[in-house]
Formats: sequence, structure tokens, C-alpha cells
Amino acid sequence: MHSDQESIRKSIKTYWMVGAALFVFTGITVAVNQVHLAVPLAITVALIIATMKGSMVASIFMHLSHEKKWIYGALILTVIGFIILMAVPSLTINDGIGTPIRVAAPASEHAGH
Amino acid sequence: MSMDIPYIVDERPDTGLTNGKLGIWLFLASEVMLFGALFSTYIILRMGAPEWPHGELNVWLGMANTFILIGSSVTMVMAWASLKLGEWGKHRVYLALTVLLSVAFLVNKYFEYSHHWALGELPSKSTFLAIYFTLTGLHGIHILGGIVVMLYFLGPGAKMYKTNPGQFTNRIEYTGLYWHFVDLVWIFLFPVLYLL
Repeated sequence: MHSDQESIRKSIKTYWMVGAALFVFTGITVAVNQVHLAVPLAITVALIIATMKGSMVASIFMHLSHEKKWIYGALILTVIGFIILMAVPSLTINDGIGTPIRVAAPASEHAGH
Repeated sequence: MSMDIPYIVDERPDTGLTNGKLGIWLFLASEVMLFGALFSTYIILRMGAPEWPHGELNVWLGMANTFILIGSSVTMVMAWASLKLGEWGKHRVYLALTVLLSVAFLVNKYFEYSHHWALGELPSKSTFLAIYFTLTGLHGIHILGGIVVMLYFLGPGAKMYKTNPGQFTNRIEYTGLYWHFVDLVWIFLFPVLYLL
């Protein structure tokens, strides 16, 4: 119990530091936005910073940096599902749904004419 | 014969987790899929749109709300850490601060929404506004749900600390996990809707 309390006391400093880092990263995100980068670059930069911030929240505040394997197992399945969801938009571009399929006329029809 | 729910304070030997903790993580997994589906919808709508509006939203209000939610995540984790250290008074202060910050977020959102409403910028007006109101509205409902739970633990639910402090501490931990997830969703919503 004592060592548990000691580790909590150490973690408290980390919580405040991560909070401060998240504030700084938010400021950087907005500052970069004021520069008016090209849209693809702006999207890349903003999503990289957001992913870094999200990772900090998940690993430190949600204690994912030292969780049990059952939690990781559930999250791996979730990540796979999430990746599939994010891939769905590409199907709307690359698929053939709704495109008319032209079937070649049988050779016998051509022979009759 | 006792009918107590097992493994709400002690961890199950096979999973190494309390049932509540595994339960909240499975719930959060379903939430990832819910918001994931909406983010996917956003991508489809944006890729299919001939043009996408920029500067429709107030970046500074969005940034203020990001600071507010990050602050509330810090106070939430401090509310749990205070309980683990047996500091009941500090726990109450941090939890109350989290509620205050959450309410501030919703008040800010109310001003944003009412501004759009006054200008006639309703969800039916454009694809952008439709997905904006859907995403932020669903997120706002999650904020509201979190406030209700936290108010319960500040009010009638606080009695449990005297009878079963271990279970109460675990409940605050699960509330915190939910709250950090709501913060995490906003961390992505802010750049996607306000900046890009």
C-alpha cells in the first residue's frame, strides 16, 4: 500500500506535466493553422499533433502505458475495426458499385446478322 | 447465501482486472466504433463535396474549449489520485472543478450554437453544418452524461466512500477513463472541424 502511494505521488507530477504539454501542443496546432499551409500539408500536421496529444491522454491519463493484457487484447480488436472504418471511404472511390456492366453480345447473335 | 457481485474491488485471478474495469474498456471500445463511423462519414462527405467551407467556425472558441477539456482531464485524474492517497477533501475539490470545467465547455458550446442559429446556419443548410452539428452534438451529449455521473459522485453516490472506499475509488477511476475518452475525441474533433 505504501509503495502504491509512493508511485501515485510520483505520477501526480507527470499528470501536471502532460497537462501542460497538451496545452502547448494545442497552441502549436492553432499557430500552424495561422500560417495557412497547403491543405494536404495542413491536414497532415494537424493530425500528427492530434495523434501525439491523443497518445499522451491514453497512455498517461488512461494508464494504457501499463495495463493488463486483456485490455490490450480488446483494444487491438478495436483498432482493427477502426482501421476498417477509416478504409471505407476509399471503397466509395475505388469500387464499381453503381457502374453499368456491359456484357458482350453472344457470338451466335453476330453470326445471324 | 451472499449475492454480492464478485470482483468489484479485488481483481479476478484470470484477467487480473476488476469486472468494472474490463466493462468500461469494452464500453469505450464500442464508443470508438461509434465515433469512428462518424469520422468515416465525415471523410466520405468531404471527399464527395465539390468545395468545403473554411473559416465557418470560431477557432478561438474551439481552442478555448480544448483548453477547458484538457484542464478537466487533469483535474479528473487528480480527483482519482487524491482518493488513492486518502485525501478526501482534495478529491472533492478536484471533482467539483471537473464539473465546473465541463459546464464551462457546454456554456461555450451553447454560445457557438446560438450564434449559428441566429445566422440561420442550421444542419439542413449545408453538408458541413450537418456533420458539424452531428459530431459536436453527440460529443456534447457525452459531456452531459459525464456531468450527471460526476454530480452523482459529488452528491448521493459519495456515501459509498464510508462503507466501501475501494469500490468508490474504482468507480471514480472508471468515470475518469470515460472522461479522458471524451477529451480524446475532442482532441481530434477540434482540428478536423475548426482548422482543416
